[in-house]
Order: sequence, then structure tokens, then C-alpha cells
Amino acid sequence: MRAIDYQAPTSLSEAVSIMAANGDRARPLAGGTDVLVQLRGGRREADVVMDTKKIPELNTLNLGDNGLQLGAAVPCYRIYQDSAVAAAYPGLIDAAGMIGSIQIQGRATVGGNLCNAAPSGDTIPPVITLGGEAHINGPNGWRTLPAENFCTGPGRNALENGELLVAIQLPAPAANSGTAYLRFIPRNEMDIAVAGVSSTVQLDASGQTIQSARIALASVGPTPILATAAGDSLAGKAVSDEAIAEAGRLASEAATPITDMRGTIRQRHHLVDVLTRRTLNIAIRRARGEE
Amino acid sequence: MPGLVHVTTTINGNQTDFLCEPRQSLLECLRDVVGMTGSKEGCNDGNCGACTVNMDGRIVCSCLVLGVEAQGAEVNTIEGVASADGLHPIQQSFLENAALQCGICTPGFIVATKALLEAEPDADEARIRHWLAGNLCRCTGYDKIVRAVLDAGERMRAG
Ligand SMILES: Cc1cc2nc3c(=O)[nH]c(=O)nc-3n(C[C@H](O)[C@H](O)[C@H](O)COP(=O)(O)OP(=O)(O)OC[C@H]3O[C@@H](n4cnc5c(N)ncnc54)[C@H](O)[C@@H]3O)c2cc1C
Ligand code: FES
Ligand code: FES
Repeated sequence: MRAIDYQAPTSLSEAVSIMAANGDRARPLAGGTDVLVQLRGGRREADVVMDTKKIPELNTLNLGDNGLQLGAAVPCYRIYQDSAVAAAYPGLIDAAGMIGSIQIQGRATVGGNLCNAAPSGDTIPPVITLGGEAHINGPNGWRTLPAENFCTGPGRNALENGELLVAIQLPAPAANSGTAYLRFIPRNEMDIAVAGVSSTVQLDASGQTIQSARIALASVGPTPILATAAGDSLAGKAVSDEAIAEAGRLASEAATPITDMRGTIRQRHHLVDVLTRRTLNIAIRRARGEE
Repeated sequence: MPGLVHVTTTINGNQTDFLCEPRQSLLECLRDVVGMTGSKEGCNDGNCGACTVNMDGRIVCSCLVLGVEAQGAEVNTIEGVASADGLHPIQQSFLENAALQCGICTPGFIVATKALLEAEPDADEARIRHWLAGNLCRCTGYDKIVRAVLDAGERMRAG
């Protein structure tokens, strides 16, 4: 890695001035599990590496009436070790407990996963289906973006020069709702998704009818994909194998995969269908309080 | 041109000061600056776990931590596992169960195992395999390592 300057600001305003002063020569460092590998491999360059872990707003993990405020520098282990957060957002935990290894989860953040904008980022689909919003601060103040609009291409995100992701806000889970994330990899751990699917459903009080659903896909397009038609097809339907099968088919249609060393187009379409049905079934059981 | 940075950290309970370039990893700092070569470099990109150290109570890949990030941190490495009285029960059971051949992966496995068994001395095989999935071994085929960890858990429960 070429020489860098290291800065560890302790306030958001200090961080934003460092970002503004250095433009695209500054790189935020959260867990570093992407950025250090990229800097070392020459895939990214920076003069200033700015550690975000000492900024209070980025270190907040706060579960309240408005949902979860998940600071962009909070590592995965803190999320799944917090039993109240784990109970409220099991679909997020599916993904946060899946990234890399225990060592990686000790450092890697959901914020870094989102900013890195890999199509395969495992926490991005559940953040999208849960209705997550990116809270962004920069030289022009605050703005908010729905998570599904945050990634703009492989490795590219919607942040403007000098802007920082401060936190991801997840709304409080609705009554009778549930979320699940699954990915397919050829091993048990330590691999990148060939395909991944997150499903969030909200049932009526009887637990028999789906009021609304959101389905999002990983590793089957240049960015994570919100499969709107697939989710909408379930609204107002009774829970049934047929309705779930139709959603699986529509999700598979929303995928725009490529063939690469991990899998083929055909296999990925098939995986999206299967993973959509499986995650819907888990999300429904969770919504009913059955698991 | 950024110069050297002075880092004050605690390594295996001892306050340690070192100078490093901001681009240097904690692994490089431990091995090349502080002279503690117990932590190994396998891949230098987070995949093999040979560089595993415990930082503020969590195991991490020291190749994916900057040395400057260790400022004010508590770092525990393989060098701190044995005591003046002799080997740690985990080290003893790795030896007795032949859980190493070339030994390059062993420091990482032992530091990772220690963090697991201190929190969960009754971890079962599935838990152990999951916990150690970030540690690669090209020699043993893992079975002997898993048996050694199960055995070490028993020893630690017995006190
Ligand atoms: C061995 C290994 C296994 C892995 N396995 C998986 C896996 O199974 N699934 C998966 O999805 N990923 C995996 N990854 C990739 C990586 O761990 C994740 O993407 C992780 O969530 C990144 O988080 P981080 O905090 O380490 O990000 P960092 O590396 O710190 O940052 C990632 C990117 O986001 C930018 N950034 C960070 N914070 C901010 C901010 N607040 N504002 C603006 N930009 C910011 C950085 O500059 C950088 O470009 C793996 C990586 C390794 C090394
Ligand atoms: S050397 Fe750090 S994980 Fe391989
Ligand atoms: S003993 Fe050689 S790599 Fe594990």
C-alpha cells in the first residue's frame, strides 16, 4: 500500500471538514475489511484514510420507538449480540451473522457493506426490504435516501464528494411482520453469494393474509435489486403455496444476472426463485411468531 | 509525505509504544516493528486467520487492522497465551491431539479458540467448526484441530 495519512476525527463536523478538504483523495475507514484490501491491491487509492469509529453519531446503535438507528461504523457483532435488536430484526441478523468469519464480523459494518456497494453485499437486501433509509451528512448538510436507491453500480454509491453515510435508520417492525435473508454459496461459510434474497412480509392480525411484502435480491445484477412486482403480487393474498410460487417466479424475472466463475445466468434465475420461496416461508413463520 | 506515528497500546498486558507508518497493518507492526513474530501472515487479506489476534475482547485479522488503530487498545497475541507455569490447556491439547503439522496456522487457531472457550467452554463440534471457519489449515484436515478444541474445552471446564 502506498503512503497514507491517517485521521481519526471525534466529531461529525470535523469528519465532514476532512472529507470536504480532501475530496475524493479521502477514504472513510469503518471496519476496513473492504477498504484495506482494496487499497493494498491498488483497486482504490487515497491520500487520507479517515477512521470513522470515533465519531459518536456513527457509533450509535439505538433501538427505540422509531426503530433502529444503526450507526455506519457499528460492527456486525454488536448488532447480533444485542438481544433486543436481534429479536426485533432477525432478518438483519441472518445477514450480519453471515459476513465472512467471526474475525471479519468483529470489524465489518453494515454501513461499510452498503457503501462498498458490491452486488453481493449480504446485508443490503434485508436493509432494503426492512425499509431502511440512509442518513447522509456532507458539506451541504443532511439528506436521506431510501436504501434501494443508495447503490448505483458495482462498487459505486449515491454519495457525492465529501459526503458521509452517518447511519442507517430501520423503521420499527410493523405488527405481524417478519423478515428473512438467505444466500446460496457452495460452502458453509466464507464465500460470496451466488445469489441472495431477503423477504419482508406483513400479515393481517389472523396471520392468514399478506397485507404487503418486499423482496430484494443480491448478486443477480449490477446492484442489489428491489423486486417490486414480486413483492406487490402478494399484497392482499391469502398465504398459499401458489401465491408464494408466483412471487418466486416474478422475483426471478426481476433478476438480471451474468454468468461468471460463481454461477451461470440460468442457475441464478433458478436460485432467486427457490430462495424467494424459502425466505417468504421463513418470514411468514416469523411474522406469526412461530420461530 | 506522512511521517511515522507514535502508537501506545497494551500488548498481552504490557504497555507498548511503537512507531509506524499509517499504512502499516497491525500484523506488520507486531512482527516487523515490535518483533513479535508469533502472529503469522498467510494471505494478508482476511481469508486465512493466521494473523488472528484479540483486540479489545474480539478476535480480528490483524492484517485488516492498521497499526495506528491499535492506539489505546488492548491487544492479546499468541505470545501471551502460555504463562510462567507452562502451556495453556489449549496449547497442551493441540500438542497431545497432534492438531498441527507445519504450525503456520496454529497461533491463529489458538487465539481464536481461546476467545471461544473462555466464553463458551462447552461449545459443541458444530459451534467450534462455525467459530473457526475463518481459520484455514492446509495440513491437518481440521478433524484433529476440532478434537483438540473439544478436549481443551473439557480441560478448561475441569479447571
Ligand atoms: C475474508 C472476507 C470475507 C468477506 N465475506 C463477506 C460476505 O460473506 N458477505 C459480504 O457481503 N461481504 C463480505 N466481505 C466484504 C466486507 O467484509 C463487507 O462488505 C463489510 O460489510 C464491509 O464493512 P467494513 O466496515 O469493513 O467496510 P470498510 O472496508 O471500512 O468500508 C467499505 C467502503 O465503504 C466506504 N465507507 C465506509 N464507511 C463509510 C461512511 N460512513 N460513509 C461513506 N463511505 C464509507 C469505505 O471508504 C469503503 O470504500 C468479506 C471480506 C473479507 C475480507
Ligand atoms: S494473513 Fe490475515 S487473514 Fe490471512
Ligand atoms: S498445520 Fe500447516 S497449515 Fe495448519
